[in-house]
Amino acid sequence: MTRMERRNLRNGLLFAAPYIVGFLVLTLYPLLASLYYSLCRYNVIRRPVWVGLENFRTLFLEDPLFWKSLYNTLFFTAFSVPLALLFSLSLALLLNQKVRAMSVYRTVFFLPSIVPIVASAVLWLWVLNPESGLINGMLRQFVGIEGPGWIADEHWAKPSLIVMSLWSVGGAMVIFLAGLADVPQVLYEVAEIDGAGRWSKFRHVTLPMLTPTILFNLIIGLINAFQYFTQVYVMTGGKGGPVDSTMFYALYLYRNSFFYLRMGYASAMAWLLFLVILGATVALLASSKRWVHYHGE
Amino acid sequence: MASRRQSAWRPHLVLMAASLAFIAPFVWMLSTSLKHESRIFPKPGKPPQWIPTTERLDEQGRRLVTYEGKPGVEAGVEESGRHVLEIAGERISVWPEDFDVQQRIGLHWRNYVDAFRRVDFFQNLRNTLFICVTFVLGTVMASSLVAYSFARIPWKGRNVAFVLVLSTMMLPYQVTLIPLFVVYSKLGWVGTFKPLVLPAFFGVPFYIFLLRQFFLGIPQDLSDAARIDGCNELGIFWRVILPLSKPALATTALFTFLFEWGDFLYPLVFLQDERQYTLALALQQFQSQHESAWGPLMAMSTVITIPIIVIFFFTQKTFIQGITLTGLKG
Repeated sequence: MTRMERRNLRNGLLFAAPYIVGFLVLTLYPLLASLYYSLCRYNVIRRPVWVGLENFRTLFLEDPLFWKSLYNTLFFTAFSVPLALLFSLSLALLLNQKVRAMSVYRTVFFLPSIVPIVASAVLWLWVLNPESGLINGMLRQFVGIEGPGWIADEHWAKPSLIVMSLWSVGGAMVIFLAGLADVPQVLYEVAEIDGAGRWSKFRHVTLPMLTPTILFNLIIGLINAFQYFTQVYVMTGGKGGPVDSTMFYALYLYRNSFFYLRMGYASAMAWLLFLVILGATVALLASSKRWVHYHGE
Repeated sequence: MASRRQSAWRPHLVLMAASLAFIAPFVWMLSTSLKHESRIFPKPGKPPQWIPTTERLDEQGRRLVTYEGKPGVEAGVEESGRHVLEIAGERISVWPEDFDVQQRIGLHWRNYVDAFRRVDFFQNLRNTLFICVTFVLGTVMASSLVAYSFARIPWKGRNVAFVLVLSTMMLPYQVTLIPLFVVYSKLGWVGTFKPLVLPAFFGVPFYIFLLRQFFLGIPQDLSDAARIDGCNELGIFWRVILPLSKPALATTALFTFLFEWGDFLYPLVFLQDERQYTLALALQQFQSQHESAWGPLMAMSTVITIPIIVIFFFTQKTFIQGITLTGLKG
């Protein structure tokens, strides 16, 4: 190692020191501790008691609520992620047509995604109110039908949350807009010379060029959906009702840890969640070789 | 040209309809926050009311009414439950459902007063601002230092370390939250702001990534020139890189502020005493205790939301650039 290299290493480590310390204390230690807790019975007050894989066995074999929360989360993810992708892409495509007042529309679509989640959850609780809420009121006024109980109805609660999640697709939309702005104009010109219509330009130019952005939004959307918590905590008072229909995985995990103080059990759930997210991300990245086109390749 | 202009209204129509749908909840929030309780729950069969109203009264405080299309005033109520109306000089008695009380626009600001009283509003605001500002300062300082290391100092192993930083972004918070809670409660920090602001001072992966992207774009010649002039690494960071990175630093500060302003989970887990609550946590607690006080609830939601909207309007450019910076290169 030359003197220069040594100096760079020293400076590099010094500048990165806050993160290195933070990583060890706030990430690595908790990660390992959580793995250890997941193999223990632990309620914070007494010392952890080693139980091996007992927590996982109980989760898989004796806890129907665990399966229910997993089902609810997968249901929500399976609908909200693709719908949000489709919706944000459609809005971005509409805005990309050089329409007048584009920045006004962009603002309108983007704002809901930066409103504090607690505020938007309380607001939607009111919008979805069965008797006096906006949606059922408008259904009565314009369609003449009595709407469902939405969040108060076991069968409509999850669809309500999915609809609500579409209100905050603004972030993904702005990322799509940036992706669209990055598509080289010359590709469209070439396609036009080849006689491509609007649809085939979209299908053969826009869509392939957008695949990296789609992948990015897909991964972010998936990670967020698996950890969906604040909205449902606020809207159900932390209970996941009615009849556990909104008991999502992250909410059940929270209840186990900070409500029942079953820290070991909750840690086991946290590690399962981690593995699921890791697995899904790795699978998406692996599949991306087949469908994602990177510029310049 | 003509045909192109003809087709141009179609996207506008769709966009306009979508905008209305996106804005409607906000308008509904504002409108409810200014309604008297009697207007919040509409009578059966009445459509949703967008503009808050109140009853019109004459000089003597009597209600102005409309009966069969004719205006009049309400003179009193009979024992039978019928109301006595004076229409064009004549007195008649009518069932309440058969006449309308005249309305005028009336904003019920009391909801805001109620909301401020029911939660410890100014204390909660102070807490939120303290956490936001401390977190912003910590994040900007620590993350820019770390980003500088990853972007501008070629040290051995930095690429591996940077991949590590990126991969921790994927880590769900649930895996670290429980052990952190255990540690903080042993240190006696649960119920203080320490667990909420401390992580900022170690650098936040997302902003390390964002700032690194920006630093990479600054020409190396500038650093070299400063080095020839006798600047050390800290001097280059402080005098060359930071002044050139104001947009990225502003984006970092902005994003952090907005995130902390609305953060819910960490305050929920780590704060205990009501006097320490942030606005977001106070709103949730308020909601769980007064489930149908929609007027004050919407007032409080409006108060939490408006600063965000105002900040956004003044910083739109910084915002969009920031998202582009992180989204595209991701």
